[in-house]
Amino acid sequence: MTALKTENSFANPDAAYEILVEAHRGLSEAQSAALNARLVLVLANHVGDLAILREAILLAKKAA
Amino acid sequence: MAERKSVYQFGYRRSLDQDSKNPVRRPVVIVGAGPVGLTAAIDLAQRGIASVILDDADRIGGGSRAICFSKRSLEIMDRLGLGDRLVEKGVTWKVGKVFLGEHQVYAFDLLPEAGHKMPAFINLQQYYLEGYLVERAAELPLIDLRWSNRVTGVERHEDFVRLTIETPDGEYELDADWCLACDGARSKARDCLGLKFEGHTFEERFLIADVKMSADYPTERWFWFDPPFHSGQSALLHRQPDNVWRIDLQLGPDADPEEEKKPERVLPRLKRMLGEREFELEWVSVYRFNCARLKKFVHGRVIFAGDSAHQVSPFGARGANSGIQDAENLVWKLALVLKGEAPESLIESYELERGQAADENIGHSTRSTDFIAPRSSQERILRNAVLQLAPHAPFARRMVNSGRLSVASEYDSTLSTSDVEKFAGSAKLGLPVPDAPLEDRAGKSHFLLQTLREDFQLLYVKDGARPNVPEGLRLIVIGEDLIDRDGIFAERFDATPGSAFLLRPDHHLCARMRRYDGARIREALARAKGIAK
Repeated sequence: MTALKTENSFANPDAAYEILVEAHRGLSEAQSAALNARLVLVLANHVGDLAILREAILLAKKAA
Repeated sequence: MAERKSVYQFGYRRSLDQDSKNPVRRPVVIVGAGPVGLTAAIDLAQRGIASVILDDADRIGGGSRAICFSKRSLEIMDRLGLGDRLVEKGVTWKVGKVFLGEHQVYAFDLLPEAGHKMPAFINLQQYYLEGYLVERAAELPLIDLRWSNRVTGVERHEDFVRLTIETPDGEYELDADWCLACDGARSKARDCLGLKFEGHTFEERFLIADVKMSADYPTERWFWFDPPFHSGQSALLHRQPDNVWRIDLQLGPDADPEEEKKPERVLPRLKRMLGEREFELEWVSVYRFNCARLKKFVHGRVIFAGDSAHQVSPFGARGANSGIQDAENLVWKLALVLKGEAPESLIESYELERGQAADENIGHSTRSTDFIAPRSSQERILRNAVLQLAPHAPFARRMVNSGRLSVASEYDSTLSTSDVEKFAGSAKLGLPVPDAPLEDRAGKSHFLLQTLREDFQLLYVKDGARPNVPEGLRLIVIGEDLIDRDGIFAERFDATPGSAFLLRPDHHLCARMRRYDGARIREALARAKGIAK
């Protein structure tokens, strides 16, 4: 259970966050939810590893 | 219109068994003359085993019910003598298209390569298949098919089963060494043994209709998510023979099944889909489905096969096709046991192999249903995200799930002998062997599967003399008996000179080796017959 990287990966994490925030600017609730869903799918496919995906889901759930 | 018209009518005939003071005992009694029961009876007869089939009806009803028959089912039917007839009558197809709204998001080709006798799929009304099977059964004196014989009791004994049967002449009893319960989703045999399905029922209701019309839609499976003519739901359009088209419309969980079947509700829905074109409604029904199975298929001498053992949604064409494969898997084993050539424990491998297949079918069916009918608004958002991405990204096209269509099951089985050497190619241990075009010595073309029989067989790639195979094993030498002119056999089997492939009677590959080795073959053969070492 250590396949998922949780240490910071970005040289500039603030810029990464800003990109995500900007992606949602001006969108309605529904548009934002749809965008997030598409984004999750695109990134999940990029990772391409079921074990990592499961770990990521666990972490996301635990943090709620 | 909603009534099932009778397509083939048969007569009740009194059997001499009904006059017997004590119940007559038969080696095999099959409950249900549907595709599964008839397949089992014909396959048994071809292996020299007599059977009695009991069916509560005296006719084959109308209504298409199952329509998609897979390559694997057709290969099985070909061995039973019906392959060509089914393909000739059926509508051959292999391409499916998926639309979101008006736009195509995904297309698939189920058999992109040549060199196979049978197509990926045919569409054919179930009553035609049943009618042809009944005609084939009538040619075989070992089959005793009894219409209007309703089973009302199934009683398990140590080494036989006692059946109580109701007929127009009253009741009689019949004993069976083995009873095959092929009596469908509402199995009476299952009730008699007090067995329950495990799984769940989906809330979603669907309208299924067969309409007759002349239309020039291509012979492809078309599936819509959120089509303009049926907003927010899904729709399916698929061609059958005789200008009949299958239409499946999702109605949602709250639809009233009785109301939705009424012409005044059905016709406007269909008109929105089909436009101003003339059409005639042949059959209509509203359904919900289960994804469920019996925990065990074998209960002493009572064996469940087909819908009586497991049920799925219709979207993968995994109902009738899996039932036909159940029958074929069971029959060669039962025949060996009845002939005393294999231990009774061989039947346990039916449980193992077809249990795996049922789990796989239920898994696919459940995932398809979750995609087609999302259970929450967030699930719907995720599903729609896949559809929206599909035109832009190949990965999302692979996730679009309008039903994963039935293919042959790969058995992870105790009957298989693990590979020692590495093999590439599409042939896989536990799968039925792939077809390939070959020539005989006279230069005549054959497909590999046509040349196979119902025994254990060894495909050996010529490398010097013919090997001395164990008695009872049929040997086919590739490069001598059959010539691999185009190299397609070599490619699909990753076959090199001297290599040997052991096929079970159902043509599943159960052992292979780079060099023929008599001792290894004998051992693999014993294992495949369930003979413990």
